Amino acid sequence: MSESASLLRAVDIDKSYAGVHALRRASFELRAGEVHALIGENGAGKSTLIKIMTGAVVPDSGAIEFNGKPITQNSPRLAKQLGIAAIYQQPALFPELSVAENMAIGLEERAIWSRVNWGERRRRATDLLARVGARVDPDAEAGDLTMPQQQLVEIARALGADAKVLIMDEPTASLSDEDTRNLFSVIEQLRDRGVGIIYISHRLEELPLIAGRVTVLRDGRTIDTRAMSEVNRQQLIQLMVGRELSAVFPKRAVPLGDVVLELRRLGCDASGIHDVNLSVRAGEIVGLAGLVGAGRTELARMIFGITPADRGEILLREEEIRIESAPQAIQSGIAYVPEDRRRHGVILDLAISANITLASLDRLARFGTMDFRHEKQVAADYTRKLGIKTPSIFAPVATLSGGNQQKVALSRWLVTKPSLLILDEPTQGIDVAAKAEVHELMMELAAQGVAILMISSELPEILGMSDRIAVMCKGTIVATLDRAEATQQNILALALGH
Amino acid sequence: MMRLNRYKREMSTALAYVVLLVVVAIIAPSFCSGANLRDLALNNAPVLLVSIAMTLVILIGQIDISVGSQFAVATVAAGWLAKSGMPIPLLLLCVILIGASMGALNGVLVGWLRLPSIIVTLAMLVAWRDALRWTTGGEWVQNLPANFQWFGMGQQLGQWTIVLASLILLGLLSWALGNLAAGRAVYAVGSDAEAARLAGIDPARVTFAVFTFMGALVGLAALLNAVRFSTVPSNAGLGLELKAVAAVVVGGTAITGGRGTLTGTFIGVALLGTIGPALTFAGINPFWEKAIQGAIIMLALGSDFVLGRVKRLHTAHPQITQIP
Repeated sequence: MSESASLLRAVDIDKSYAGVHALRRASFELRAGEVHALIGENGAGKSTLIKIMTGAVVPDSGAIEFNGKPITQNSPRLAKQLGIAAIYQQPALFPELSVAENMAIGLEERAIWSRVNWGERRRRATDLLARVGARVDPDAEAGDLTMPQQQLVEIARALGADAKVLIMDEPTASLSDEDTRNLFSVIEQLRDRGVGIIYISHRLEELPLIAGRVTVLRDGRTIDTRAMSEVNRQQLIQLMVGRELSAVFPKRAVPLGDVVLELRRLGCDASGIHDVNLSVRAGEIVGLAGLVGAGRTELARMIFGITPADRGEILLREEEIRIESAPQAIQSGIAYVPEDRRRHGVILDLAISANITLASLDRLARFGTMDFRHEKQVAADYTRKLGIKTPSIFAPVATLSGGNQQKVALSRWLVTKPSLLILDEPTQGIDVAAKAEVHELMMELAAQGVAILMISSELPEILGMSDRIAVMCKGTIVATLDRAEATQQNILALALGH
Repeated sequence: MMRLNRYKREMSTALAYVVLLVVVAIIAPSFCSGANLRDLALNNAPVLLVSIAMTLVILIGQIDISVGSQFAVATVAAGWLAKSGMPIPLLLLCVILIGASMGALNGVLVGWLRLPSIIVTLAMLVAWRDALRWTTGGEWVQNLPANFQWFGMGQQLGQWTIVLASLILLGLLSWALGNLAAGRAVYAVGSDAEAARLAGIDPARVTFAVFTFMGALVGLAALLNAVRFSTVPSNAGLGLELKAVAAVVVGGTAITGGRGTLTGTFIGVALLGTIGPALTFAGINPFWEKAIQGAIIMLALGSDFVLGRVKRLHTAHPQITQIP
């Protein structure tokens, strides 16, 4: 691998989304003919940086240079013309079209009314597929191909577009060892032909096999760029962790009660969860850590009966129960505040009061008739207790800020007086003040004897709020750590696996 | 203020209706005679009942275009049952049950099998209509017993019974939608089915119940319509689905579900139902009726777009409405 001039450079890139600072003067340099790994925790800013390079997102400030020349007005179209192609974890092919047609889209620049030259289209597809060593019939429907085959088709398509920069986002996440080896040999061929490859992966152990250099992002900043041969796994983890503590956590010791929830070898084929063992006691906050895709939300949805478990046991207050549906979970005293609040946590069109009482309608209605005085009272009560800032409890939830929406979502479940509260990313995308209020509320609930299972991708939040920390990796809990022994480093090392 | 804002669409439709009435009253004063208004109410009562149930179907984010054919089946069934000598109260119950079973079939297919409602009900639209044609051979049901027409109450009393029954049902359901937990569930499912499921509401059950209810009301509407005549046609309810959907949409219910009221639907039925007779009274060629109805639907859609855009702005920039 020769030291060559920079092919693609991102300098001092800054980007904020509605209050969340995703990138803070991040920089990155890719040379022709190198494989450059890009790593970082969940939310470190990798995806945003990639999207800026492919023109999907416009940075607030900073510059992108291609072959030494600055790109102004980057757009997906311009990036494609320059030869910047990205391949995501989930292949983006049109499943109903044939492989050859998929490869023709974006490659055949011709008037839309001109006739298709099927022979030429098929010949070129065959040729490109041969160059990446894919044994794929160009006439097959893309949806019928296996995952690795689809990836190769995408790489072949990028080659056909004469890609100079190829960005690969976790390409091996769902590949077998053999498919991974094949992919690596294709990547090496491309590299030797002078293509620059940005390789994003959480599998730190495979990086030395393929990458020449590695850049670590943390909290939207570029921490360091090193030659892969100079660093080992432990050092990489060291560079990845250490996100700043953005808040002081109101953690207090609370006397723990009986075991509320116990899971024994719980599993579900449909959601890829297996052999989960976990217990949560009254008054205890158990943090559920892991990378995106490790199965944390899937586990929560299993306990809440949305995708019922098909193996193992769930014990609630030492009694074995089967939870087959959400209403049944609610009746058993389980509450689940889902992630992605705007989609599933609240119903934006409905009033604040209606949202707060939605999970306890049977309690607030007599013979099916709503008791509006009671509802108003409950809604006003929680609006005051949680400090939801609104001129009226009858205003639609859509008019509230993110933090206040999250408080409405929480209120809905507090009304049900749960004994087990599952929180999925409870402070994602809300401002610092609201975050502190949510944490304080969690502490109060724990003090009242509620058992809390908290999913979070923010390691400081996990460490700051949890009594114990369960780490998930590839669909199961790989370890449970006590508060005293947990560090950002050992959690991340466990979450990354191997 | 907030509340008034939410009913903007209903109010603008109501305003349009008032303007229409005033204009017609000036051009053709005889339009406002008691007898004419009563005929108007009578003619539109069955449409109103079907539109009420259609509002619920659209509120949960679905659609039912098979109601016209269900209406025809229930009409003929009412005629046959009456001819067999069934007493009126039992007849009423039977026709409602027949409607409810047709609705329940849609409900199973859409709610539990999760098939798209537009396709399911399109299939039913064709199937019921042709099954009926095959069964009756296109013949009308004649020689009905004397106690069938106007339920044997005579025209005067019978007319009022039909109109009042429809209005009472409108009031009852309007109250239920706002005051029953089940009404809350309807809005929640239409607004965001997944979020409703996570709150412990079963969207499949709500969907099934609403479609079944739709069928039951179609059955009732068919009977109330049939008793106005001395014979029962085998081709009743042609185009009824379009009338009902149009009235619901004009009344301000969002076609994507989750937002709308029965008051709006009532005004929508009144507005679309008045235009035809009004044209006749004003001496305008009644062939214009459909064109004007189409224009009104487009107008309603246009005002949705404007109001919808206001809402989009709010969600894109929450700080505009956010309280510090």
